[in-house]
Amino acid sequence: MIASLKKNQKFAEYKRSLRFAFYCLTHPLDGFWDLTHEKRGSIAAANTILILTLLARLMRLQFTGFLFLRVYWPEVNILLQVGSVVFVLAIWCLGNWGLTTLFDGKGRLSQIYMATCYGMLPYPLIQFPLIILSNVVTADEAEFYSVLSGFSLLWAAVLIVVAMAQIHEYKMSKNLLFIVFTAFAMLVIVFILLLFFSMISQGVAYFISLVREMLFRI
Amino acid sequence: MKKRLMRMTACVMAAGVLAVSGTSITARADSGYTYTYDYWGDIQYSPDAYEPTGVYTSADLGLEVNMRAPEGLFVYGEYIYVCDTGNNRILEFKRMDVDSIGFVRSIDGITGDPNGGAFNSPTDVCVTADGFMYVADMNNNRVLKLDMDGNYIMEFVKPTDATFDQEIDFLPSKIAVDTAGRVYCVAKNVNKGLVKFENDGVFSGFVGATPVTFDWTDYIWKRLATKAQRENMASFTPTEYENLYMDYEGFIYATITQANETDIDNGSTDVVKRLNLMGSDILVRNGEYSIIGDLYWGDGGGYNGPSLFTDVTAMENDIYYLLDKVRGRVFAYDDQGRMLYAFGGPGNMNGYFRRPAAIDHMGHDLLVLDSLDNAITLFTPTQYGQLIFDAIEQFQDGFYEESGASWQKVMDLNNNYDLAYIGIGRALLRQEKYEEAMEYFKLKYDDDNYSKAFKEYRKEWVEDHIGIIFTVIVLLLVVPLVIGRIKRVKWEIAKAEIFMKQ
Repeated sequence: MIASLKKNQKFAEYKRSLRFAFYCLTHPLDGFWDLTHEKRGSIAAANTILILTLLARLMRLQFTGFLFLRVYWPEVNILLQVGSVVFVLAIWCLGNWGLTTLFDGKGRLSQIYMATCYGMLPYPLIQFPLIILSNVVTADEAEFYSVLSGFSLLWAAVLIVVAMAQIHEYKMSKNLLFIVFTAFAMLVIVFILLLFFSMISQGVAYFISLVREMLFRI
Repeated sequence: MKKRLMRMTACVMAAGVLAVSGTSITARADSGYTYTYDYWGDIQYSPDAYEPTGVYTSADLGLEVNMRAPEGLFVYGEYIYVCDTGNNRILEFKRMDVDSIGFVRSIDGITGDPNGGAFNSPTDVCVTADGFMYVADMNNNRVLKLDMDGNYIMEFVKPTDATFDQEIDFLPSKIAVDTAGRVYCVAKNVNKGLVKFENDGVFSGFVGATPVTFDWTDYIWKRLATKAQRENMASFTPTEYENLYMDYEGFIYATITQANETDIDNGSTDVVKRLNLMGSDILVRNGEYSIIGDLYWGDGGGYNGPSLFTDVTAMENDIYYLLDKVRGRVFAYDDQGRMLYAFGGPGNMNGYFRRPAAIDHMGHDLLVLDSLDNAITLFTPTQYGQLIFDAIEQFQDGFYEESGASWQKVMDLNNNYDLAYIGIGRALLRQEKYEEAMEYFKLKYDDDNYSKAFKEYRKEWVEDHIGIIFTVIVLLLVVPLVIGRIKRVKWEIAKAEIFMKQ
């Protein structure tokens, strides 16, 4: 009895935190402040928004009208499509966290993740209806689609920028500076990863050839 | 980029087409001789649209002296004229039968010519309806006008006009003559366009000069370079024309071969133009890809670089054929600039070329002159090729249903042919079967036609469902209103003082 009540309570909390994302859409300054400082957000809701974003990204490939998106299916890799969001999000969070903790940023890694995911909400929110819209317009009316599509990205970008300022308690100038630095940090992470992977693969290749050589001699 | 490397899957599909195509068709879909590009730019092998009916060498044609490096070919009615450049003569042949060409005569000299009476490297010949023969007598620096018996009438010589660079020789290499007897000529080392003469021999200017373009990167480089470096840089000169062909409407198809490889690849240089009387390019380029022949080229086996079109010919149905001298291929394009098919290749077999020099057409048949083989190759359309002609011509004549049926037959022979799908779709569109048309356009990504069909379909749909649409809208507006009203009444009852007192 108590367990089910608690479960219900948890679920209600999750619903409340998810509904709070819609408040953040229109009141970003206020919303993202409360998100962490008033504990109005939750990781579960953030995960939900991320999954919705990924779904929107995959579904538009299949269901967008061909006037707007033509997919060369032999070269589509779902893992790459998912990775292009998840991987970028991961190194964004890491890079941002790594820099801001050194410079008085108040946000923790989980909070950066949560705020960024909340900021991505406009993308699924607009892209899902756009998938339907793309099937009922002609080439002459294509502008509606492209404007709305661009708007979804712009809105998400604005939300994320504001979110970072609010959770780190930065002024906007400092925030923008650190977003630029984060971009560089992301590049550095990519570079190190590449270096790492190529070193590992070369190391592995060395031992494989060593073993092969030995097997050949024996 | 939509460009992809050619795939082995295309071969598999082509083999599938052969299996489908049945027994009555002689087309060889598996040979890789004929191909098209699909929407994505992948090569799709197709049944042969043209077959070499015969290759006619000097011996086959019954010539006493073998042809030597012939360069010009002209078809008038059933007569075929060849400029035997190396032997300084004009040869006349007649198409006797479907597969035979007979020798008529050889014009070795000019009667009544004030300047020697002999040709010197004639490179092109042209015969007009009013019974005159024009010859580009290149190394004599003139274009000759003769009557059909080889009698001298007049000549067009180097213009004395200031716009013509007087330091260079006038070397007319290719000519075309319009119905009024005006001569358009491609002259070597002239980059201002086609040299145009009035019918009285007066030079009247250049036609179709390629506009000089340069982008801002060139500008920056020039600003940074020293004066000496600047002089070493290639100057921005317009390109020379390679060949020309006057079509049945009097428009001139012209090709350019002196073009930068990257410019051809990215479509910034148009290697084929269709010039009107004003010299503006009116060629329709509605295809997915630029009109450059092969979309991909490697560097191997002695063949490299893009297709270079040494000659062009256009039929009455506005289908034009481009002859690639690099790989010996013939590319066919329709009036919208979409590639119909490409065939040919380098080699010694029938239907392959070593140094193709000129192409012309006789009805639907094609003639290609090879200046290294000294031979004329005669191509006739296969059943597949004929069906494509039928479909296009029926559509042009307004027989949309018949055109759709012909395209359907084409599709039965070649399932991977985008134009067949679009052709059927266009025929359906004209018959106002919008929903079916949409399916065909969607399959081959034809957005313009799809939009046309969809617009009509949407209109029809709205008209058919106007009752339901109105009902839904009314319900959407009315239901919340009513619910709000009921709620308000309930709330007022609950709040009413009479009930509150108890």
